[in-house]
Amino acid sequence: MDADVEAARPWVAEASPTFITLIDQNHLLSSLYNMVNVPQAVWIDEQGRVVRPTETGGSIDILREFDPEAGAFKPEAMARAGAAKALYMEAVEDWARNGADSRFAYDPDAARQRVSRQTPETMLAHAKFQLGRHLASLGRVVEAEALFTECRELHPDSWNIFRETTEKMDTGIAAGEAFWGKVMGLGEKQYYASIDMDGMP
Amino acid sequence: MTIVLTETSNSECVAAPSTTDLWLDADAVTAATGWTLKPEGFCKDDICVPTPADAENYVADGKVNVASFWRLMDRPAAASKDGDVWFLGEGATERNDALLSLEAPDFTLPDFSGKLHSLTDFRRQRVLLITWASW
Repeated sequence: MDADVEAARPWVAEASPTFITLIDQNHLLSSLYNMVNVPQAVWIDEQGRVVRPTETGGSIDILREFDPEAGAFKPEAMARAGAAKALYMEAVEDWARNGADSRFAYDPDAARQRVSRQTPETMLAHAKFQLGRHLASLGRVVEAEALFTECRELHPDSWNIFRETTEKMDTGIAAGEAFWGKVMGLGEKQYYASIDMDGMP
Repeated sequence: MTIVLTETSNSECVAAPSTTDLWLDADAVTAATGWTLKPEGFCKDDICVPTPADAENYVADGKVNVASFWRLMDRPAAASKDGDVWFLGEGATERNDALLSLEAPDFTLPDFSGKLHSLTDFRRQRVLLITWASW
């Protein structure tokens, strides 16, 4: 989900994944599947039916467990995040093997209950984001930036919009002052929403 | 020329620049949006939205004000400052109905070599659709 394909290319080249990697420069999937962060995932069966709607794909929220003195996340937070990722991958593998018989694949009612909804404001944010992206591609950067500012206000829960459209550090990562300010202001909200999976911390 | 964008299309159309109205020739509307003006209203697939009583705000001289119909349908429409680029978005109601149907919305996106892939190419396989970004 990178507006700038070249920013993504070296990472993907280095990982050389065996799965197909698609480029979504306009964040179409955020609009279609109501995605607000990365990684988020959807499980889709052989008939094209969703058996796990959009949810956090293997991460947990440990952002506020960073230890500035150590310059690293607290060891117990890292351990929890590692366990969460391993558990999620086991669930994916279980579904890959067992399909509809996997205990991780929801029946339609359970899947429907877990669908998160778009609102008129979030859909307007997606429209303005895509308009802004087009204007930026025409070199109309100032106008695009004004639209992106509106998008962040219309859809404050979207880290995809926020991180794509705010300042990046030299590393290309959007983890500067604005990012941390927003994280620290989350309060009761989570950066990565917890998912409903047995044993998930 | 006015550029009319949707999530899946990019069309150049003849329209007077405006940030409130988007009057397009009836034929151009269909090409740019997939919606068609019919005697029963503004239609796509099996949906028809009747033209309201103040028809002159919607249809005039063989032209259709797409922006008015978009507002009528509670769909987001966003225009550039000069009204020369429009994005016609999808409504929250339709999108949520689609999500609740559990039928995975189809899309077509390129890989790093530029080859296009659609979700429907993967029928008969289980698909883990998972996102990542460099930022």
